[in-house]
Amino acid sequence: MSDVVEKTLTALPSLLLSVDSQPGSAKLSTSSKLGSLIRNITELTSKHEEEKLIQRELSSIKDQVSSPNTTMRQMKELMVRAIYCEMLGYDSSFTYIHAIKLAQQGSVLEKRVGYLAVSLFLNEHHELLLLLVNTVLKDLQSTNLIEVCMALTVVSQIFPKDMIPAILPLVEEKLNHPKEIIRRKAVLALYKFHLIAPNQVQHIHNKFRKALCDKDPGVMGASLHIYLHLIQENPEGYKDLTTSFVTILKQVVGGKLPMDFNYHSVPAPWIQIQLLQILSLLGKNDPGTSEIMHEILEESLRRAEMNHNITYAILYECVKCIYTIHPKSDLLEKAAKCIGNFVLSSKINLKYLGLKALTYVVQQDPKLALQHQMTIIECLEHPDLIIKREFSQLLMLLHVLMIFPINNNTYAPDNEWFIQTMNAVFSLGGETMQPDITNSFLKLLSEGFDSVEEDRKLKVFAVNSYVSLLEGEPEKLPQRFLQVISWVLGEFSHLQQDVGAETVVCLLDKLLHMKNSTSETKTWVLMAMTKVCEGAACAPLVQSVCETYSSSLDTVLRQRAQELQHLSRDPALRARVLPPVCTREPLEVPVDSSLSFLDEFVSEALAAGAAPYKPSHQRQEELAQTKGVSTVCLMFVCLMLFLTRADVCVSQLSSSLKLEGVKRVWGRGGYEAAQVETPSPPQEGGDPSISHTPPLTSEDTESKQQEQQLASSMFLGLDHSSVTLVTHTHTHTHTHTHTHTHTHTRTRTREYGTMWLSFSNDTKQNLTLVHSENEGPLRATLNVLTEDLHLHVVEIIGMEAIVACRLLQDQPCLMHCRVHGDALAVWLRSPVPELPDCLIYHCQRALQGH
Amino acid sequence: MIKFVLMVNRRGQTRLSRYYTPVELSRRAALEADVVRCCLSRRKEQCSFVEYKDFKLVYRQYAALFIVVGITDKENELSIFELIQNFVEVLDKYFSRVVSSCAIMFSLDRVHFILDEIVQNGLVVETNRSRILTPLNAIDKMSDS
Repeated sequence: MSDVVEKTLTALPSLLLSVDSQPGSAKLSTSSKLGSLIRNITELTSKHEEEKLIQRELSSIKDQVSSPNTTMRQMKELMVRAIYCEMLGYDSSFTYIHAIKLAQQGSVLEKRVGYLAVSLFLNEHHELLLLLVNTVLKDLQSTNLIEVCMALTVVSQIFPKDMIPAILPLVEEKLNHPKEIIRRKAVLALYKFHLIAPNQVQHIHNKFRKALCDKDPGVMGASLHIYLHLIQENPEGYKDLTTSFVTILKQVVGGKLPMDFNYHSVPAPWIQIQLLQILSLLGKNDPGTSEIMHEILEESLRRAEMNHNITYAILYECVKCIYTIHPKSDLLEKAAKCIGNFVLSSKINLKYLGLKALTYVVQQDPKLALQHQMTIIECLEHPDLIIKREFSQLLMLLHVLMIFPINNNTYAPDNEWFIQTMNAVFSLGGETMQPDITNSFLKLLSEGFDSVEEDRKLKVFAVNSYVSLLEGEPEKLPQRFLQVISWVLGEFSHLQQDVGAETVVCLLDKLLHMKNSTSETKTWVLMAMTKVCEGAACAPLVQSVCETYSSSLDTVLRQRAQELQHLSRDPALRARVLPPVCTREPLEVPVDSSLSFLDEFVSEALAAGAAPYKPSHQRQEELAQTKGVSTVCLMFVCLMLFLTRADVCVSQLSSSLKLEGVKRVWGRGGYEAAQVETPSPPQEGGDPSISHTPPLTSEDTESKQQEQQLASSMFLGLDHSSVTLVTHTHTHTHTHTHTHTHTHTRTRTREYGTMWLSFSNDTKQNLTLVHSENEGPLRATLNVLTEDLHLHVVEIIGMEAIVACRLLQDQPCLMHCRVHGDALAVWLRSPVPELPDCLIYHCQRALQGH
Repeated sequence: MIKFVLMVNRRGQTRLSRYYTPVELSRRAALEADVVRCCLSRRKEQCSFVEYKDFKLVYRQYAALFIVVGITDKENELSIFELIQNFVEVLDKYFSRVVSSCAIMFSLDRVHFILDEIVQNGLVVETNRSRILTPLNAIDKMSDS
């Protein structure tokens, strides 16, 4: 900032502070009644006190204004106090008439205060306003120029519409007055008349032109308001004035105005801004008219090099103008650079302006937004809400454009733009993105467009984009994005001949080694590797990956690792099991949409007391409550993506798959169409699963998977052979579930009681009773459980039993069973939080088979 | 378009208010308190432009005083931001010369006179500092003599 400004700013506080930070310091205030009133009000702390004080004040004023002894001077002082009281919200309408009297009868200063009070107190429709007209008329004809100015000022602020004809001739004649201030104020008064009664001033439009060409810049400046208004309503009518406006702007920018029009060394900035606004309106959709402006626009851009807010304000207006009128490429480029500087600026106000400009520009040229993609994304991280909001609006705009491409080729989004925009969406969406967005994007990518060539190009572009992202710094990318990248590379990297399979596998491997990669992401990565790896070059890397993940704690990862191992070694099998998406029709994948083969399992589970299904939206709500980030923008994007494709995307099992006429091919025994063989006999670790649908459809119900993982982690730390609850997705057979448990514990009833009271985690559940011919239901059921799960029955009394088991040294679980009707009510307790639930699950499984 | 100009202190006490669109008297105090609350809660590194209801606020703080201008969407925010500065510089020019230690707020009417020269009907009509002060100087001269 310049020195002058610095000095001003340091000097200002002392002027503005007085009452507000230095109570009682201002000397002159003691003699002024207004001063003491303000000070008193300032010192009060409650609204109630304020009200009391003001009412007292108002009644005092009331007395004095009605008194015949009050001089005009005193009246003026009373009036200012009345203004203050009304400013605080207390009605002082009894003073209105006196305000008018003051304007009529007072001397210059008193008259001015009277007019001020009138403009503050009254509105257009007030009955007292008519009384003002005579005073104004008189003052307009006064020889005292100050009075003429005052009259014109108040007329510009407030005047009854119906009285315009009375005053119009007087005002008109002032347009020719020798003094510029009078001419200027007359123009402004006419503008007011035009606003409230346009018909009345229609005949004098030619006089406006004269004002525009007035030799005084102030008068010219005043006329700009009228023209901006007129041109907004009817641009065509004023195209002939374009050259005049351009000339004026040239003169202003060129410094031809007197020095006192400068503001911090910038010539008449507000006039420049107005002229730019006018020029935008005139040049819009009009190549010829736009042509006239190009030179001055370029010069404005160039001149506004100074490092001051006001020049930035002018630049912003300039850029807006350039993007509104008929485009010229080098101007657009310069303007784009300008916006870039704004957006990248560290000053928050400039950033805001840059984003606002970008939003505006995106409507004309979407590509520009992409260049500043990363900056835009950073802006979303910005704590300032208004920046975030600007950015959200920007993104929404981008996607509206993407989804509804205009037929005009200039605006049709291309592949590059689509992928880059989606990259931006994924990067910013992060973990809070709905999976639907990723799924629909992947579906879009796989189904492609009508043209095969376009489709191929899009996929290749996506591959290229993601390869370069992975080569860079993928640590910063959100998990969902990494999953998308993995899938795309897995499916489509073969289309890009320049990128070899080995490179892709290496890049995917990089993701596996990243610290923040979740298990879920790693499963996607392994899937992708399975699809991509081929040739001897990949083999060692693949082998080491398989080895690492074959013994992973995560069962899904183990499964994928197994798949990778087997399928990478057998290309022919892989080709059958994992045909590339693009070589088959999208809807050929046979899927039993109703999952009817699971019906029996579900009903049994429900009967055994399992919790009923909680629909996705309920789960999401609960999930969303814990997250703070708003996903409004992303939801909008999701919606928009959906609208482009008529069909619903094939996502999680939980969403209903509207695929009609699909024949049922999955049954209890697995995939019945006999297309898939298991490649090797069941091993200790259970069968490797064969997945032949893309990860889109392979996800299990969340709760089931969680439970499995929990169970597996619970039972793993054992001496005996490890438990492998190998769970597979709906697409293939279940294999054996080995559950090996734990050593018995011989516990006595008494110890049992003590332990029972001390354990805090419990679960209650109903199990189905096993009926046998030989023994009672309780015994039969317990026998099954003890056999399968190696539980220890401590004691049985009548219809009740207490059972114990111990997982590890200090991880016991106690179970109290009671026959209740046709079910066995069990109540488990354990110091280990997850153990009761886990054990229940296994009891249910064990009882299932009987 | 400018909807209003406010000068408010940190406690929400209005020092000056001028409305360019009709706002009922009873609603003004609440609006002003709300606006100042909005501006007070802003931190230094945040933008000087705030979205408020269906329009925007441009605010600048001068020690214990907030000057807040309500504007419609189409207005150039940064130009209004600088307009506030221009206004303050004019006040400084006037008051430091005429009355040395007088509190600006005690001369409520004169501050209004100055503002009236700058903004009319919600539009910026004069920004030339000397021209803004011309009528007021003339009035002063005349009342003195």
